[in-house]
Amino acid sequence: MSLAVKAVGIRKSFGEHEVLKGLDLEVAYGEVLCILGPSGSGKSTFLRCINHLETPNGGYVWVDGAIMGYRYANGALQELPVKHLRAQQSQLGMVFQHFNLFAHRTVLGNVIEGPMVVRGLKRAEAESRAMELLEQVGMAGKASAYPSQLSGGQKQRVAIARALAMEPRVMLFDEPTSALDPELVGEVLEVMRTLARGGTTMIVVTHEIGFAREVADRVVVMIDGEIREMGVPGDVLSNPADPRVRSFLSRVLA
Amino acid sequence: MSQSLPPSTAALPLADLPARDVAVRHLHHPGRWISGGVVLLLLAVIGRAFAVGQIQWPVVGEFLTAGVIVTGFGWTLLISAVALALGVALGFAFGIMRLSANPILRFAAWLYVWVFRGTPVLLQLLIWFNIALVFPRLYIPGLVDARMVDVVTPFVAAVLGLGVNEGSYLTEVVRGGIASVDRGQTEAAHTLGMTPGQTMRRIILPQTLRLILPVLGNSAIGMLKFSSLAATIAMGEMLNAAQRIYFINGAVIELLFVCATWYLAGTTVLSIGQYYLERHFGRDATAAAGQRSWFKGWTRRAVARGQA
Repeated sequence: MSLAVKAVGIRKSFGEHEVLKGLDLEVAYGEVLCILGPSGSGKSTFLRCINHLETPNGGYVWVDGAIMGYRYANGALQELPVKHLRAQQSQLGMVFQHFNLFAHRTVLGNVIEGPMVVRGLKRAEAESRAMELLEQVGMAGKASAYPSQLSGGQKQRVAIARALAMEPRVMLFDEPTSALDPELVGEVLEVMRTLARGGTTMIVVTHEIGFAREVADRVVVMIDGEIREMGVPGDVLSNPADPRVRSFLSRVLA
Repeated sequence: MSQSLPPSTAALPLADLPARDVAVRHLHHPGRWISGGVVLLLLAVIGRAFAVGQIQWPVVGEFLTAGVIVTGFGWTLLISAVALALGVALGFAFGIMRLSANPILRFAAWLYVWVFRGTPVLLQLLIWFNIALVFPRLYIPGLVDARMVDVVTPFVAAVLGLGVNEGSYLTEVVRGGIASVDRGQTEAAHTLGMTPGQTMRRIILPQTLRLILPVLGNSAIGMLKFSSLAATIAMGEMLNAAQRIYFINGAVIELLFVCATWYLAGTTVLSIGQYYLERHFGRDATAAAGQRSWFKGWTRRAVARGQA
């Protein structure tokens, strides 16, 4: 399997507080990786560093043949113009905890925005592709609704379609079900399960241990800004070597 | 606990509970009738005072549609519209600069607000009108070379004075509006690959516009009224026209009432326009916005009463 993402020595501090302490991670194409860990362990920050929503203070992220935000020349990383960085970011589809749908656009408007503005698709083409994606996440019937008229689960499914519309190399999910009412979690996980089965490369920050066990090819457990455990779900979740990972898992599985 | 209850809610034995379709009688509100009556009486007194006062109402009616006054009102509308457009343009430009990553741009926008929000608009009008005393010639190589007094006519001075002043207020409004659009909107746009310019134009500003629309409506109404200040710099708008008439015929209060009528008409039209604009831009928030406008509340109540 060829590599899709390789994070090297990612460090991030907010003021004095060091959130990420030099993380390394490799994700292969077609792989589903779940990042678990207690709140405040830095897992969301790590995901946001991967697509440069947060600029790492140290280390770099390699995605599909290029370093995010930089050009490697003469032994140093030369920062790229912002337009170039955005083009790289569009290769990583992002699904947020709080959906972040564009409030002034309809469901369809949200999904065609990226393809039309960034990829330069004609409206008709963007719309027919968007309707396919909305069909796929079960939201085609709500194409002309505004986000404020949708439930949380519906919003998140639209957000997934919007990210997919950019045909990204990798999909990133930042706690996609954490802001949902319990009865709405299932419909979002179902969409993600279908994506995973279809071979989409996914990095998922989540609290859904059951989903990780069922869908993930590998899981990573982060504690205090470090990766403490990494491996296939069966090993990591059932038989963790690290005592702090064991204590975290016993709390969430209880 | 039961001791703190007033006597009228004395215990009702379970056996005496009324049937499920028991009639409900509402409280009467005698206080509302009394206060309403008092206010109506006061209004009648004020109305009568003006009716029998020393105002020649026929003169008011006569000048209401006089050519000079109507032309003056036309100028009032023109000054207001152009100055508001200038103010909105400046407000957005400097409001965006206020949030720039470049500290020099931020400082320039702050300086603009500090100067033009910090001095009276009447003073600014007078300074623009007399700007030729500082700069006798306006010379931009290859573009303009003219005497300043020919360039800055009373109309130009009025538009600059009112527009630049309004822009300083709207700068702060736009800055606040942009800042209150959720940060997640920007992040979502960035992850789709949109550049800062695209994000601002397509995602942030449309939502900002909707947020600040009520303020812009107030600006338009305020501008219509503040344009009367241009009367002091010999601009022939409505108030100036009225003054020129009453200097001759002495019907001071009559002509001022003529102006008041036109201003009220203008602000009323703007208020109604504001309601429809807000409704249009509030498409996605129709449920939430609902009865924000007095106009809608008014019509809804009328409908409800009609059905009752």
